[in-house]
Amino acid sequence: MAMAMTIRNAASRRAMNPISADFSLRSMSSWWKNVEPAPKDPILGVTEAFLADPSPDKVNVGVGAYRDDNGKPVVLECVREAERRIAGSSFMEYLPMGGSVKMVEETLKLAYGDDSEFIKDKRIAAVQALSGTGACRLFADFQKRFCPGSQIYIPVPTWSNHHNIWRDADVPQKTYHYYHPETKGLNFSGLMDDVKNAPEGSFFLLHACAHNPTGVDPTDEQWREISQLFKAKKHFAFFDMAYQGFASGDPARDAKSIRIFLEDGHHIGISQSYAKNMGLYGQRVGCLSVLCEDEKQAVTVKSQLQQLARPMYSNPPLHGAQIVSTILGDPELKSLWLKEVKIMADRIIGMRTTLRESLEKLGSPLSWEHVTKQIGMFCYSGLTPKQVDRLTSEYHIYMTRNGRISMAGVTTGNVGYLANAIHEVTKSS
Amino acid sequence: MASSMLSLGSTSLLPREVNKDKLKLGTSGSNPFLKAKSFSRVTMTVAVKPSRFEGITMAPPDPILGVSEAFKADTNELKLNLGVGAYRTEELQPYVLNVVKKAENLMLERGDNKEYLPIEGLAAFNKATAELLFGAGHPVIKEQKVATIQGLSGTGSLRLAAALIERYFPGAKVLISAPTWGNHKNIFNDAKVPWSEYRYYDPKTIGLDFEGMIADIKEAPEGSFILLHGCAHNPTGIDPTPEQWVKIADVIQEKNHIPFFDVAYQGFASGSLDEDAASVRLFADRGMEFFVAQSYSKNLGLYAERIGAINVVCSSADAATRVKSQLKRIARPMYSNPPVHGARIVANVVGDAAMFGEWKAEMEMMAGRIKTVRQKLYDSLVSKDKSGKDWSFILKQIGMFSFTGLNKAQSDNMTNKWHVYMTKDGRISLAGLSLAKCEYLADAIIDSYHNVS
Repeated sequence: MAMAMTIRNAASRRAMNPISADFSLRSMSSWWKNVEPAPKDPILGVTEAFLADPSPDKVNVGVGAYRDDNGKPVVLECVREAERRIAGSSFMEYLPMGGSVKMVEETLKLAYGDDSEFIKDKRIAAVQALSGTGACRLFADFQKRFCPGSQIYIPVPTWSNHHNIWRDADVPQKTYHYYHPETKGLNFSGLMDDVKNAPEGSFFLLHACAHNPTGVDPTDEQWREISQLFKAKKHFAFFDMAYQGFASGDPARDAKSIRIFLEDGHHIGISQSYAKNMGLYGQRVGCLSVLCEDEKQAVTVKSQLQQLARPMYSNPPLHGAQIVSTILGDPELKSLWLKEVKIMADRIIGMRTTLRESLEKLGSPLSWEHVTKQIGMFCYSGLTPKQVDRLTSEYHIYMTRNGRISMAGVTTGNVGYLANAIHEVTKSS
Repeated sequence: MASSMLSLGSTSLLPREVNKDKLKLGTSGSNPFLKAKSFSRVTMTVAVKPSRFEGITMAPPDPILGVSEAFKADTNELKLNLGVGAYRTEELQPYVLNVVKKAENLMLERGDNKEYLPIEGLAAFNKATAELLFGAGHPVIKEQKVATIQGLSGTGSLRLAAALIERYFPGAKVLISAPTWGNHKNIFNDAKVPWSEYRYYDPKTIGLDFEGMIADIKEAPEGSFILLHGCAHNPTGIDPTPEQWVKIADVIQEKNHIPFFDVAYQGFASGSLDEDAASVRLFADRGMEFFVAQSYSKNLGLYAERIGAINVVCSSADAATRVKSQLKRIARPMYSNPPVHGARIVANVVGDAAMFGEWKAEMEMMAGRIKTVRQKLYDSLVSKDKSGKDWSFILKQIGMFSFTGLNKAQSDNMTNKWHVYMTKDGRISLAGLSLAKCEYLADAIIDSYHNVS
């Protein structure tokens, strides 16, 4: 092979004169010839583009990261206090592969309930994970390893990274109906049909609350029906709960879907994240849990989850976990946290109202009812990719091309500008 | 709950479905909703089909991390943990570097936010880590030929590279040293990259089987990946000499292989960051394309914060850009973006001249303590062992670990009789040894070596 010849000749020259090494290799083709540039991530790429925009009017309603009314990132007061308490800590040893036991215990209480019998009976296999992404990925790998023939049913639409996660875990994907474009609400009958028609014992990915990207959640009644049908079909429910507390402002309320399934006897899996509700985005702290038959099985399953984590990152990072356990382990700090979560959720609910009212005041021909009906960080606006592109190129407003608006990026300062821009690009539709 | 189930009974879908599937809730055949009141949790648990996780067996304890767990459970006061490679002071306490505390306090005062890092990690960290490794003035840095992304310490960085290999070099093999860090094969297994071993450790000399190593690298199919420990080989502590590194580079180039360095101990081996990077820089000087995984777990004591990097040295800036984008694509479905805390600490320490100087001093201190302990252990062995066995390998080995040459049975004796915890391959972590315990350890080693086979 020509390349090999070149290299061999080059090698002998190099052995004699190491300093001239690079010259002979400039003409060598790289090992990486066939590596194409990867496409920009549809979500994180938006922020990159926003940052590069010099316009003073620019607005970032792309990535789901909470901003205060000044458009600034927020570090919660309870987090700052927790950090003060742990600063100068003399502990920086490896966490166990399953992560911080204390953090996991507190986290399970949030999802399963403070007095959960499943926690008491030690039936939950749980490990600290790299935020929601890491928890989903561990579960996907676990599913692949122990239920190798299985597929995952994913709602349409969903957070785009869900597709990447199960794909890289090599688990085939199917979709189920979820969003109803006509009503900008839930396609409940489509969803139930798909659940019914899926082969018995299928794995389903469900958003526990504040569906991303649509903000459309089933009602409690609908959740109960879904649960019953799941029972009949013996499906496995895997909940991605990335917004507990952020949806309604009340964490217990936001976990209702999970509690319904638990009451109905399902053995579920849950991915939890503190990225949004504790503002710990960059710390990558979350939890994966799997409810098992009994304590013995929970121990076994946990050992296998650890086995998957070890060759991925050995053990999870400490700092974020310490913050979480400091806050949740202290009644005062926990209560402060609950207050701060409510403030964030309330601000978003307020912005939804303001955005809708502004659009209606502008005399928009379209209905914007969905802006206040939807819940959580995101509003699925119904804007088309073309309209989104116009918003970006003409108004320097950045959002993902599926029309998802991160309400967390809307402020009293920019809501008028945003409403006006949306009106301009939609008024002729 | 009973009432809600009865109300659902009116939904046409469900009772038919349930009866069709003959789901046994309560007594067989009858309308399940009439039995609602008698539903207890126990009844439902029994009635739901057996778990789909039934067949899952207990994973074996991790051979390295499991040692610490066993140590914790031991109540004997003489116990000694020489298992996991985590630095301990002479008092056998964990050590958080002063410069790390300083950096953390700075960060706290500044009130840094906690936003997501980009997928590739903290830019200041990526810059600092590549410069630390290659030297800020190195052509590969100046010409932007290195794709660097922040990874989850050494493990995470290795895993990203392994995934890249699997994706772009399907079928290519990685050669790992015999022995190597236990988690290397797990990483390549889970990334579905085939691997085989090259000879490395020679039990006869308790040194390097250099001939065997070269022969095995030569024999590997052209274009294989060769996993090399940059310094302070784990678990043996045996490093090639500078002359041997030159020959290794020669044979790798000859066979068109791709070197893949695991650098987990830069600064920790000799005490000098630059000296410990010599092997990597030799390869970079030759203009080769290769991988380097880095970790700050040991040298900055940041074990728990999972901070490291994967560097891919390419022959052009364009290739580096493309490779970096594909590494990001692998990271995104694994954890989206890496944790910020450790990255900020490193960036702060390396970015400030005073703190960088302090770090170098603390590292020299840590590496120095280990060298002192090696010496004391050696002296104790020599004075206590009258058999004339040559224990000098202890002094020739470098870094945190020593490969004692003890076999599994002998290692078990170390634990069972002497309460000395180590890995079954005969590896002891000198970072967990104090001067005060050297004599006790020498007794244990001598006993295990001579009296157990």
